[in-house]
Amino acid sequence: MSEQTVAIKGVKDGLLVTVSETEDWQIIVKDLAARIDHQSSFFNGARITLDVGSRPVRKDELSSLKAMLERRNISLWSLMSDSATSIEAASALDLRTALITASANPDNPDAVAFNPEEDGTIGVMIRRTLRSGRTVHSNGHVVVYGDVNPGAEIIAMGDVIVWGRLRGNVHAGSDGDESAVICALDMTPTQIRIAGYISIPPKDKRHKPKPEIASIRDRQIVVVTWG
Amino acid sequence: MGGKVVTITSGKGGVGKTTTTANIGVALARLNQKVVLIDADIGLRNLDIVMGLENRIVYDLVDVVEGRCKPRQAMIKHKSFPELYLIPAAQTRDKTAVSPADMIQLTDTLRTEFDFIIIDSPAGIERGFRNAVAPADEVLIVTNPEVSAVRDADRVIGLLEAENKGPGQLILNRAKQDMIRKGEMLSPEDVTDLLAIKLIGIVPEDELVIPSSNSGIPVTLNDNSKAGEAFRNIARRLMGEDVPLTPLTESKGLFKRIARLFAGG
Ligand SMILES: Nc1ncnc2c1ncn2[C@@H]1O[C@H](COP(=O)(O)OP(=O)(O)O)[C@@H](O)[C@H]1O
Ligand SMILES: [Mg+2]
Repeated sequence: MSEQTVAIKGVKDGLLVTVSETEDWQIIVKDLAARIDHQSSFFNGARITLDVGSRPVRKDELSSLKAMLERRNISLWSLMSDSATSIEAASALDLRTALITASANPDNPDAVAFNPEEDGTIGVMIRRTLRSGRTVHSNGHVVVYGDVNPGAEIIAMGDVIVWGRLRGNVHAGSDGDESAVICALDMTPTQIRIAGYISIPPKDKRHKPKPEIASIRDRQIVVVTWG
Repeated sequence: MGGKVVTITSGKGGVGKTTTTANIGVALARLNQKVVLIDADIGLRNLDIVMGLENRIVYDLVDVVEGRCKPRQAMIKHKSFPELYLIPAAQTRDKTAVSPADMIQLTDTLRTEFDFIIIDSPAGIERGFRNAVAPADEVLIVTNPEVSAVRDADRVIGLLEAENKGPGQLILNRAKQDMIRKGEMLSPEDVTDLLAIKLIGIVPEDELVIPSSNSGIPVTLNDNSKAGEAFRNIARRLMGEDVPLTPLTESKGLFKRIARLFAGG
């Protein structure tokens, strides 16, 4: 068992497990299992946030780790990564996700500041419909190629683009960026927020789908037809 | 490969999973299929009651999984259909007694002897959900035409997709034609538009359902029951027969379209 492949520490809402970005995934899973089995009473019932850094983790890799943890009565509930592959894998497994590793976690002493120069380039692409109960958190932009159903939620520091029907909740510019926008091919959300503003669109039975953009103008959210 | 494992599940409880399992099982048996029903809703055993077999239980699913008996010993033969069996759920035991691997192993043995293995699942938020879904070749999600039930169905479809078992097919149960017509109840189109999955049957609200469940004679054995007919159609669709459901195309007004939907459902 090597000390370097897995680091574990307690944080505010559970345990933070940071894994090596280079070691073979199977070895990581094995090492983590050994660490847990060594102190099983400490880990029993725990909730784990996994930090994989920039490592791209596939869905099957993540689900094998999740299964290993579940067998030990530990839940993997959240993943931090700046790899879009890892984020997509995590959201496919219904985990909470945070796009930027260290800055998303104030309890991490190694926290690096969010780099504003990269602001425009950070994004996560979700190629599926977000169904009820699913939440996506991102420190950048979020693009959904699919629908956002009622009961699903996206909270993004940047813009949110939905190439599909937006019927759930979206918060763009969640960190206060009033220039953030929300676009959808069909905008019938439960509620949208941009920075500190909230809009609850009226329910309109006669509504015809059309692409629309929501942004802040004169201190309120306005929705206009695109094009 | 042999028989097919079909799991009946839902997001919300009480939408009609057990009713559906019993009726599809009986309907398949009437079509000369060899069928075994498994009640995987551990702790909330009631498929045996709806099947009228409660008093014949000796062993249950947990006994099989824990090796206290052979699968055959836990299989209760139906009174009228010699090729229809039920493996009942355990009544009180620990819900963690059964694992997804156990269910896969059990169904793999049963596949060699049966055409259909139908699993009555707990609702999607319960622990036993993954057990019920793990061995499934096909998952049927039961919902009612109510916003909250559909929302929970959506959530379960998401879970199924995460387990690579999705999206499954939908059964819309307890539909009331007159309420749908008045716009007081979600229509089948409203529901499939949101869930974006295939509809395998629409089962109307039918006052014959509750008394037949109470007497242990699934309603599909009653040829006068509309719900019973809908369950028979679902059984035929499961066997691969092309039983038309929703001629949504040439819509001559909402009323006619819905009337036809129900006739086909
Ligand atoms: N189509 C129907 N018409 C009338 N009553 C129904 C229908 N389907 C189910 N029910 C009733 O609804 C209740 C819940 O059904 P059940 O099958 O036990 O649900 P679940 O297994 O999902 O909890 C039962 O009392 C049942 O008889
Ligand atoms: Mg039930």
